[in-house]
Amino acid sequence: MATFDLNDDSVVVIIGTGAGGGVLANELAQKGVKVVALEAGGRYLPEDYINDEWESFGQLAWLDARTTSGDWRVAKDFSGLPAWIVKAVGGTTTHWAGASLRFQDHEWKALSNYGAVEGANLLDWPIDGAEMAPWYEKAETKLGVTRTGDRAGLPGNNNYLVFEKGAKALGYTEVHTGRMAINSADYDGRLACQQTGFCFQGCKWGAKWSAAYTDIPAGEATGNLEVRDRSHVAKILHDESGKVTAVEYFDKDGVKQTQKARIVCVAGNTIESPRLLLNSASEMFPNGLANSSDQVGRNYMRHVTGSVYAVFDKPVKMWRGTTMAGIMQDEAIHKPDRGFVGGYELETLALGLPFMAAFLNPGGWGRSFTTALDSYENMAGMWIVGEDMPQTTNRITLHPEQKDQFGLAIPNVHFDDHPNDIAMRNHAYQQGIAMYEAVGATRAFPTPPYPSTHNLGTNRMSERPEDGVCNKWGQTHDIANLFISDGSQFTTGAAENPTLTIVALAIRQADHIAKEMAAGTI
Amino acid sequence: MTKHDLRGLTRRQLLSRGMAAGTLAITGAGFIAAPNAAWALEVAVISPEQMATLLQMARDIYPHDKVPDQYYAVAVKGYDAEDRKDMVAAGIAELDSAAKAMGHASYLAAGWEEDRVKVLQSIETGPFFQTVRSGLVTGLYNQKEVWPIFGYQGESFSQGGYIERGFNDIYWL
Repeated sequence: MATFDLNDDSVVVIIGTGAGGGVLANELAQKGVKVVALEAGGRYLPEDYINDEWESFGQLAWLDARTTSGDWRVAKDFSGLPAWIVKAVGGTTTHWAGASLRFQDHEWKALSNYGAVEGANLLDWPIDGAEMAPWYEKAETKLGVTRTGDRAGLPGNNNYLVFEKGAKALGYTEVHTGRMAINSADYDGRLACQQTGFCFQGCKWGAKWSAAYTDIPAGEATGNLEVRDRSHVAKILHDESGKVTAVEYFDKDGVKQTQKARIVCVAGNTIESPRLLLNSASEMFPNGLANSSDQVGRNYMRHVTGSVYAVFDKPVKMWRGTTMAGIMQDEAIHKPDRGFVGGYELETLALGLPFMAAFLNPGGWGRSFTTALDSYENMAGMWIVGEDMPQTTNRITLHPEQKDQFGLAIPNVHFDDHPNDIAMRNHAYQQGIAMYEAVGATRAFPTPPYPSTHNLGTNRMSERPEDGVCNKWGQTHDIANLFISDGSQFTTGAAENPTLTIVALAIRQADHIAKEMAAGTI
Repeated sequence: MTKHDLRGLTRRQLLSRGMAAGTLAITGAGFIAAPNAAWALEVAVISPEQMATLLQMARDIYPHDKVPDQYYAVAVKGYDAEDRKDMVAAGIAELDSAAKAMGHASYLAAGWEEDRVKVLQSIETGPFFQTVRSGLVTGLYNQKEVWPIFGYQGESFSQGGYIERGFNDIYWL
């Protein structure tokens, strides 16, 4: 394992080691580029993961102080926890469900295909499906995505079988056990899925792809990657020419260090990445780094989400098996006569009893609530993932007073649902409930959104510098050697779970950075 | 967050032998005990009456007829603490006064759950109710011992998952 000197200004510094940063770090290391990856969280491997929902949450979740505002229900139910993401080496790839879907062609060009939507700040991506296709293929191969290449689908568990029967009863045809980064057969030195449940708590078999035990150790094995865990980045520094030169961080012992850098790549997830750029404000950049467009922190997206649970007169035992291996894609199309633009996926989802109690109807109590839980064994569940509208006022800002454990301004996450988001969610609730009723559900629960797992858009890609923060390579418009490498670069959110696209963009960005470094242009 | 202090929750069969059937027995000696002698709870700081009120509140907020009192007792045991006794006293005073306004001698004296729920609804936006309710979400449902009552099986890794143990065993579809 490499170690690099703090004064080594030839290294690429990557902030964050999840789907974006972790993959980028390995891909660059494989190409011979020297990388220092700074990760705020600690190292946890499959033997460390805990198959107990709250205990695992305490182990892995990002619990640093955050505040919320806006009319979204999360601000009321979970005011200090806007997002459910991970603080660990490998980032949220530890927790993710594994759903690995490519964007559809029309989704890369939301503004052109949907037209202007009042109150939304829609924009076309500066890239498209044809450009991304080879990178998606590399990402699918890396992750071992089922139903791509020659990889078989996962078998359907009880929760899926209920879901499938309901979907087909309604005439839906695009129904299967998903394209999942969870092995249906042994792959890449990792085991096949053992149908254990607890996909969200870290896969103890390693059957689900996570950067924590794939890309990170692969990168370290090259001798070109040093991962410093428990290293919380405070600020990115720059010189008089405006180029970034170094990163200040607090190390394991809370001691402030400064690592020099040739290039800095920000991949701290969609709340931390803009927070860092804003907290890096200087005399030269008083509104924060790479923020001449004033778009840093804006256009925060979190997908239209929500769940439908339903109870039946006989057992389902939804907790058994893969948590999210089931999908219905017929509604993931753009069909405005439904009353909204964009589309949504329905995906199977199960929670254990402790999380069901916390999330089924947060704040709910009394018999209406408890009789639902009494039927927990007879319950099936699904999750809505749909395209939400970017809005300039949905944004990450720095809290004017509150500071974190390092004295850094904490982020506030403001989100108001757009009318399009509400119309889509209501449609999805109605269709999800109809699916379960078609199989004989005796009661259904349109469950409100959980803290955000898909956090997107706060440093978005744009063709023109005035519309966004970075260009088609994730390179910031303002600073040539500063890159955005996580989901915050998403121009729009599409209907698909974002990780595959984050990984594909990271592989593509690594290729670009290595070429530009070799050419001496950055 | 899953560890609960189980000290003080003991089975004291003798204590409650011969007690009348019905609701909890307050022994007057720092204990409350189940009428069927299944369990008893010692209180050190707050009064047995206050603990009985908290227990009833817990049952009325999250009523599960199949879940015995002892699990609710574990969930509210933590209120028997020096740093919470004032909050508990003030909260229960508020609760009882709301009950009196509805014509009951006290919250506990209201015999029907429906009546007690109306009392709770009148204070549900206040901090005392919200503290007790939110504490129960983990305090009650995160006890591994209650999971089997709901059919939930918890972790399966130690048994090799469900790949050969019924992940797709649904029989009625």
